[in-house]
Amino acid sequence: MLCATSRLLAARTATALPAQPRGRGPGARCRRRELHFPGHPELDLDDFLTGRLARPSVPVGRRAILRRGRMPPAVGGGPARSELRPRRGRCGPQTARVVGPDETAKPAARSRKRPGWGSRHFEAAGRWALLALVTLLSFATRFHRLDEPPHVCWDETHFGKMGSYYINRTFFFDVHPPLGKMLIGLAGYLSGYDGTFLFQKPGDKYEHHNYMGMRGFCAFLGSLLVPFAYLIVLELSNSLPAALLTAALLTFDTGCLTLSQYILLDPILMFFIMAAMLSMVKHNSCANRPFSAPWWFWLSLTGINLAGALGVKFVGLFIILQVGWNTISDLWHLFGDLSLSVVTVGKHLTARILCLIVLPLTLYTATYAVHFMVLNKSGPGDGFFSSAFQARLSGNNLHNASIPEHLAYGSVITVKNLRMAIGYLHSHRHLYPEGIGARQQQVTTYLHKDYNNLWIIKKHNTNADPLDPSLPVEFVRHGDIIRLEHKETSRNLHSHYHEAPLTRKHYQVTGYGINGTGDSNDFWRIEVVNRKFGNRIKVLRSRIRLIHLVTGCVLGSSGKVLPKWGWEQLEVTCTPYLKETLNSIWNVEDHINPKLPNISLDVLQPSFPEVLLESHMVMIRGNNGLKPKDNEFTSKPWHWPVNYQGLRFSGINDTDFRVYLLGNPVVWWLNLLSIALYLLLGSIIAVAVQRGAHLPAEVEGLSQVLLRGGGQLLLGWILHYFPFFLMGRILYFHHYFPAMLFSSMLTGILWDTLLRLWAWSLASSSLARGLYVVGNLSLLLGTAYR
Amino acid sequence: MLGFLKHPVVVTADINLNVVALTAMGLLSRLWQLSYPRAVVFDEVYYGQYISFYMKRIFFLDGSGPPFGHMLLALGGYLGGFDGNFLWNRIGAEYSSNVPVWSLRLLPALTGALSVPMAYQILSELGFSHCAAMGAALLMLIENALITQSRLMLLESVLIFFNLLAVLSYLKFSNSQKQRPFSPSWWFWLTLTGVACSCAVGVKYVGVFTYLLVLAVAGVHAWHLIGDRSLSNVSVLCHLLARAAALLVVPAAMYLLFFYVHLSLVYRSGPHDQIMSSAFQASLEGGLARITQGQPLEVAYGSQVTLKNVFGKPVPCWLHSHQSTYPMIYENGRGSSHQQQVTCYPFKDVNNWWIVKDPGRHQLVVSNPPRPVRHGDVVQLVHGMTTRFLNTHDVAAPLSPHSQEVSCYVDYNVSMPSQNLWRLDIVNRDSDAGVWKTILSEVRLVHVNTSAVLKLSGAHLPDWGFRQLEVVGEKLSRGYHESTVWNVEEHRYGKSQEQEEREVELHSPTQMDVHRNLSFLARFLELQWRMLTAKSDGSEHKYSSSPLDWVTLDTSIAYWLHPRTSAQIHLLGNVVIWASASLATAVYTLLFFWYLLRRRRKICDLPEDSWLRWVLAGALCAGGWAVNYVPFFLMEKTLFLYHYLPALTFQILLLPVVLQHISDHLCRTQLLRSLFSALLVAWYSCACHVFNTLRPLTYGDKSLSPSELKALRWKDSWDILIRKYQ
Repeated sequence: MLCATSRLLAARTATALPAQPRGRGPGARCRRRELHFPGHPELDLDDFLTGRLARPSVPVGRRAILRRGRMPPAVGGGPARSELRPRRGRCGPQTARVVGPDETAKPAARSRKRPGWGSRHFEAAGRWALLALVTLLSFATRFHRLDEPPHVCWDETHFGKMGSYYINRTFFFDVHPPLGKMLIGLAGYLSGYDGTFLFQKPGDKYEHHNYMGMRGFCAFLGSLLVPFAYLIVLELSNSLPAALLTAALLTFDTGCLTLSQYILLDPILMFFIMAAMLSMVKHNSCANRPFSAPWWFWLSLTGINLAGALGVKFVGLFIILQVGWNTISDLWHLFGDLSLSVVTVGKHLTARILCLIVLPLTLYTATYAVHFMVLNKSGPGDGFFSSAFQARLSGNNLHNASIPEHLAYGSVITVKNLRMAIGYLHSHRHLYPEGIGARQQQVTTYLHKDYNNLWIIKKHNTNADPLDPSLPVEFVRHGDIIRLEHKETSRNLHSHYHEAPLTRKHYQVTGYGINGTGDSNDFWRIEVVNRKFGNRIKVLRSRIRLIHLVTGCVLGSSGKVLPKWGWEQLEVTCTPYLKETLNSIWNVEDHINPKLPNISLDVLQPSFPEVLLESHMVMIRGNNGLKPKDNEFTSKPWHWPVNYQGLRFSGINDTDFRVYLLGNPVVWWLNLLSIALYLLLGSIIAVAVQRGAHLPAEVEGLSQVLLRGGGQLLLGWILHYFPFFLMGRILYFHHYFPAMLFSSMLTGILWDTLLRLWAWSLASSSLARGLYVVGNLSLLLGTAYR
Repeated sequence: MLGFLKHPVVVTADINLNVVALTAMGLLSRLWQLSYPRAVVFDEVYYGQYISFYMKRIFFLDGSGPPFGHMLLALGGYLGGFDGNFLWNRIGAEYSSNVPVWSLRLLPALTGALSVPMAYQILSELGFSHCAAMGAALLMLIENALITQSRLMLLESVLIFFNLLAVLSYLKFSNSQKQRPFSPSWWFWLTLTGVACSCAVGVKYVGVFTYLLVLAVAGVHAWHLIGDRSLSNVSVLCHLLARAAALLVVPAAMYLLFFYVHLSLVYRSGPHDQIMSSAFQASLEGGLARITQGQPLEVAYGSQVTLKNVFGKPVPCWLHSHQSTYPMIYENGRGSSHQQQVTCYPFKDVNNWWIVKDPGRHQLVVSNPPRPVRHGDVVQLVHGMTTRFLNTHDVAAPLSPHSQEVSCYVDYNVSMPSQNLWRLDIVNRDSDAGVWKTILSEVRLVHVNTSAVLKLSGAHLPDWGFRQLEVVGEKLSRGYHESTVWNVEEHRYGKSQEQEEREVELHSPTQMDVHRNLSFLARFLELQWRMLTAKSDGSEHKYSSSPLDWVTLDTSIAYWLHPRTSAQIHLLGNVVIWASASLATAVYTLLFFWYLLRRRRKICDLPEDSWLRWVLAGALCAGGWAVNYVPFFLMEKTLFLYHYLPALTFQILLLPVVLQHISDHLCRTQLLRSLFSALLVAWYSCACHVFNTLRPLTYGDKSLSPSELKALRWKDSWDILIRKYQ
């Protein structure tokens, strides 16, 4: 725990600690500290503390038992109280109102009366006070020393930079969808950051640049996670102690804290995930009032948050799956309800389709529309996209360009692979190293624009300069035998029976010859794929293949990255397999020929759906390209829940201010234990129910909470964790945090239920022991943050 | 006592002539002219080499599947008296006379033939009519792709056989569950399910999908059993335990057994040794064992050792040093320490020898008695041939600038002190005072001054480093990675005081005598791990295809071409069957969801028992198709059409189910029903016709003229080979 905030929290813990030992005392002590309101019935207090008063959905049986007084009131109240205790010192005024005078009021409390106006007021206030307390704490921890360290930490170098790109309106490429970075950019813009900081590498000092707006925005969203988790658990379990436990777990988890303090996508992503979950849960609780205003509100809010989650990172897909599953099972229940007509069910279905499919899709598309509208200047991301796309960007040489339409001999051209994110056919003066095919000049593909991408198209048999004004213009036609000469080095595109450097079954492609004089291995037949009309070859629009005349193979790029000797550009090969794949199809992009008339390229501008599709293809390829190398330490999914290894955010050398992302081990291991316990308990209950065991009403109610509420959270954890095992891309520790949120919520519900079950089984006499355990638990949490 | 004599001995034979007839036809179609062609056909070239390894008892490693399938094929070779002497290098090569082609191909052909009557049995166990069951079996019989695949020395038909056997025995078991639980036949079928499942997994990893399917169905049935209130708790528990034992424990034990047999069969060292750890190699006969046999076990101060990197990627290699130094200035302008290079070298060499030295003493020989090196001890490593100390310092490594350079220290008097102390960290120690053991101990060498860890970076040095692998000091010591772990491979106690003597000693082979062995479980775990992580080169192949091509049969594989004529074997399915099976799957899915929705609204179109039958048939057949097909979309290896055959088999089983359902429930009048039957007959004869037309390509026995071949090329994507010059 090298985190800056730890000092503050350690101090906090210190203040909280003195209050704790009292909680560990014998039962009498505990009882002395019970909470009572003078003149008000015990039942209502109990209901209030478990957050059950206004909820008609609570099982009748459970309430009945309470009325019978079989379970003494303190059981329900106990956990809440003990949860409150350590907090009292921190937030005096609000809690003081809740903690009334004790003992003296006890006999009166046994009487049964309807609650008066005052108590309701009190309850509502108490509830809000608790929420406010939780929120306040969360904000206090997240915002404490937010400005430190005053240099770029870890991935801030990417996301801060991308925020700047939005402010500068420069086009860039990233593997994540744009919403998160757009929000960062917006936050920076609103807080007066001018986008001039370069974010070159971690450790760069911010100096006078205003970075607090962006960090503050992320910390703000990150702080909201805790109240959200609190509300979700409250809604699922109707139990304040469970909610408070969850909130405490998350507030004091160092990992969540660290991750929320920097300019990263994760706080934004987690915000949307939790907001979607919360609105889904809220919507579920409106199920008895379909089509009412809150029902619509929460449903559409769910949709909006789903769009947000997906718009930040593609892992937002998992929460979509969760909401989708919930919706399907919901609809299935409605469909099975014979009291509803098919038309009503149809309405339900339509409402869901509208709010959970149409609305998010619209919003998601809208973020892209904004993205492309804002970024209208040429920038570092151009080469990843197709030629037609680049014509949209001002500053790109294709923007408002006019070039000759038909290819002629003597034209200087760039050749781009049709498969996305492969790039331009490229060559440079470096040779293939020894042992890798023939020691001739390298030919690669390269994503960036460069003079080395230029090739001259020549006739195979003459070396005369076709640009000689005395010669007539001769167009290149489908099926012609041509020679491609590299403009900078005057070597010909060449292939021969040597194996390619990486793809062993293909042939090597090299640059060969001196000043355009080579051999017959330099001859290529140019073919137009799906030729519709005419024999000429059009710039940008014709899809061409280059077939090597001698070996009959097809020029293509394997998309594999060459080692250092090839400057990590992509491999170009000649493939003997004639199957038509995009890898072996090219188009001509730049075209310079002074003898030909120019045409405008504006007709080529792609429509928005095409742009959308293309950017997704490029992103997916980019994501797949992030493969770990051998001999590298990589984080494995199984490392995460056990907190095996963290991530270094900042501090390369010993003297630096160090930040290390690592979860609070107590919280994490408790979570892990809870999942195992939950599975055990859940299956015991499920088997018991299936065997037809007659559960007492109290247990029945608790097991419903455990199976339904807990089940949803478990599903969330599974969905946000296990897919990572299947992913081939490089993984990091911080990918686990959404799943960790779910498992913390599950922990809250589980322990609350467990303690209640236990207290119930012990009955009134040994109640004190139950309280004792709860006291212990809160002590544990209190000290957890050291 | 002799009560049994009072009754006559009666044998009642209950022979289903349908099954007999189907078996006979299956055998005929699969075994006919089995040893033709007498040449290597397609993947036989791949499996054949493993059979040869088995015959010669040479260890090999094949990442494509567990050894059971290979062993079954090798069993054929063993029965046929094959000596393993054949060079499997080229498809189409003629078999020499010592290769028992017939017996090698017999087992796949037998399993392929038995799949036919099994299809019949599965459908009748599912509760469908004999007509439907016959239909399923007859479709299996005339499916060209299945015939082609089972007539050759390939594993798909074996896999299909075990898949079907698992399903069939589970059905038999669950049917006897209703009448007589815990009877011998109940036990028999239950155990057979587990055995068949493990065999399927043992043949190919994809068998695991069928296993999971059977487990899921068994799980659902068990769940119903738990809900059955008429059973006592104890009997429910017995039921569950019996299932767990037969479906979980038995397969696991069987799987281990396969590996046990495999490892006891192949005990000689061979070409794949290099991939395995030193300990594993030492457990094989010959190879490393011959060298390391008799080495002293405990490394002591003064020991001469070679250190092998445990990770061994990109190639297995040993810590190495030589006279050459790092270049003063690298190509990119950075400087080096100009000290002696330390690399990792993939070949045995005298320069791989290092001497473990006690920093406190000067001698380089083992004292008497030897003082063993323990975990946590600080040692120096002296390069045997140059007597320089292994050293690392705060200089960037040549290719990995974030790590430290590792060198053998040369004192240039440039105020760069030697930092040659290393702390020994035995990763797999038993206790904190564990002794450093030859071969068995995996150690990390942690630099005392900088706490950097000696690591193989995997990068090849440029020409100045003779293209050997770079070794660095990794500063990020928190992470554990196998590339930082080394083990002693060759080892002897040094005896020579003088350098000249020592050089002679280093050149001489090691010899002494201690015996040591690796437990089966350790060997199993290592072999399994290496098999799962062995990277198949994801290279493309002329006949590779994507899963999307399979359903529509948009791809084919040329298996073999007669060297002179145009007789050829081509993997092609029966188009009619493929199309109608896919159609049936779609119809089943639609109907299923339609019924499900209507049942939810309490409208029951089907009687309850018929609905249950329909669901079970769907779960096994449509489910079997899905689990054997969908996972291929996620796989990154090279895929071929034959990967689809297990899924296809399940689809074929589903086809008669759907047909019978349509005839029973959807054809309302007698007239419609008769019309439907007539259609079925027409359709089946159509399938037969297609089978007959494609037969020359299936059996490869008849040479067709180019025009005939062209006529057979029904789809452009079928690469039927046509000779230009006849």
